[in-house]
Amino acid sequence: MQLLFERSKPGRKLSLIPACDVPAVDFGDAARDAAPRLPQLAEVDLGRHYTELCKQTHGVNDGFYPLGSCTMKYNPRVNEELSALPGFTGVHPLQPTATAQGCLEVIAKTSEMLNEICGMDAMTLQPAAGAHGEFTGLQLIRAYHLDRGDTARNKIIVPDSAHGTNPASAVMVGFEVVAVPSNEQGGVDLEALKEAVGEDTAGLMLTNPNTLGLFDPNILEITKIIHEAGGLCYYDGANLNAVMGHARPGDMGFDCVHVNLHKTFSTPHGGGGPGSGPVGCKEFLAPYLPGPLVAGNEGSYEFFTPEKSMGRVRSFYGNFLVVVRALAYILTLGKEGIPEASANAVLNANYLLKRLCDLYSVPFGEQCMHEFVIDVEPLKHDTGASAMDVAKRMLDFGVHPPTMYFPLIVHEALMIEPTETEAPETLDEFVDIMRSIYDEAQADGEKLHHAPFTRFIGRPDEVNAARKPILRYDFDGE
Amino acid sequence: MANIPAELKYAASHEWVKEEDGLTVIGLTDYAQEALGDLVFVNLPEEGDEVTAGESFADVESVKAVSDVFSPVSGTVAAINEELLDAPESINEDPYGAWFIKVEGVSETEELLDAAAYEAVCAAEAE
Repeated sequence: MQLLFERSKPGRKLSLIPACDVPAVDFGDAARDAAPRLPQLAEVDLGRHYTELCKQTHGVNDGFYPLGSCTMKYNPRVNEELSALPGFTGVHPLQPTATAQGCLEVIAKTSEMLNEICGMDAMTLQPAAGAHGEFTGLQLIRAYHLDRGDTARNKIIVPDSAHGTNPASAVMVGFEVVAVPSNEQGGVDLEALKEAVGEDTAGLMLTNPNTLGLFDPNILEITKIIHEAGGLCYYDGANLNAVMGHARPGDMGFDCVHVNLHKTFSTPHGGGGPGSGPVGCKEFLAPYLPGPLVAGNEGSYEFFTPEKSMGRVRSFYGNFLVVVRALAYILTLGKEGIPEASANAVLNANYLLKRLCDLYSVPFGEQCMHEFVIDVEPLKHDTGASAMDVAKRMLDFGVHPPTMYFPLIVHEALMIEPTETEAPETLDEFVDIMRSIYDEAQADGEKLHHAPFTRFIGRPDEVNAARKPILRYDFDGE
Repeated sequence: MANIPAELKYAASHEWVKEEDGLTVIGLTDYAQEALGDLVFVNLPEEGDEVTAGESFADVESVKAVSDVFSPVSGTVAAINEELLDAPESINEDPYGAWFIKVEGVSETEELLDAAAYEAVCAAEAE
């Protein structure tokens, strides 16, 4: 298909814009010499271009999307309707708070409910996504230690099954990362953890259930080991969908958490985002939270900044309209619906696991939480078809591939998370697809190296895309 | 089966080691590059940096993942292979020619494996 630059025709534009009534200003030397070379198009060209692109993608509205640890659940339309109300979209972030009480109430109520779900005492909605939440949570831990004059704590402990963002966030905050290995059951190796802690331990980052879809049965012991060493415990909320309404990070011994509204609370992901990664903490960390936060009661809400605040981590109040969607979701489900959603997420994952484990290898047992990991290694060994090949073949059946080659401790990993929003029929269909891909691999593993067979793009050249990326239009080399 | 030259020594974390002109030369094994897949990015230390036995001194990025490369010795980086920075694919093409760093003043060396012992490590991992 043509790029916008290729569709461009000199002089083609929307000609119905009224004449500009703002006086021209001379920027002097700061002005650029030539106008930027933007594509010149009619509105209809632009519309068709993006519609064409849209047809080549796969979203939750197109079909099954079992992308592990991403919780690609359905985003209810009512969320969109509510977040589009003019009182939310037409508000200015600097208008007097007396005239924006509804918006402040949304922030206050959402914080309160997320605190209840996570077992926390205070919350900021500023972080713009999950890794930003991790960064903010680690800054809380850092601020706490420094404020007490405990300046030698420079290490963050991260299990080897952690999300890649965990060690990255720790380094961003200036910590050193200490990796602890998993035990044979896929949980944290307690002996290795005891060895790793010490007077330099600032804290632990943990996802529970972890990236293998396993709830660590030693979680209370783990957080105790960290606390006894003087460190704090950070809960990566990426997998909160497995436990919300049933178990709370705060009760597991965690001191702060982040929540991915775009995963657990049904707000759009990725290009359809933006994301939102609120951070909650226990009372003793609240003085360090980024400001402004909202305090008060109905009709008299006000912004305030905590006394020892780390400062802002984002402009204004975070991705506010995402927060509106999440609040709509929480209120729609209510206290009965929230635990029911996570129970169904776990049920769906276990159903798939049970129905696939006779053909595919599942290295960590036949029971899971909201997601599980298949190891394609035995199939690859027998037939040559890898996790990549199986994932690519799924595209032909209208299924988005699962997370691949992660967690790193399983070499040919496919990490499958169906979420609660899929009906049994969809799950059965997926099982049939997985079984027929297995049969195809047995018949001719080589052939799968070329899958998908029916998509616009089959196998993009990932190596050259990484080594020699083309990041701008070259105007025929001009 | 991966190529494991008999004249080199190996670390169980998949680095090869050889002595050359009084320096310790370190690279990534054929088995490791095969397992990682096509490499697209390499991070190297700088000349003069200290490396510690058993700790990461570089990382390599493939289309699948980023992985640490561990130093089998403690010492000072005398030279780095700058060509890798622009051509990480040379590690895939010629793992035993594409050295990462040369170390001088080696104060400590991990217990290294000979080719046969390293082959056993690879075989066990492939199980």
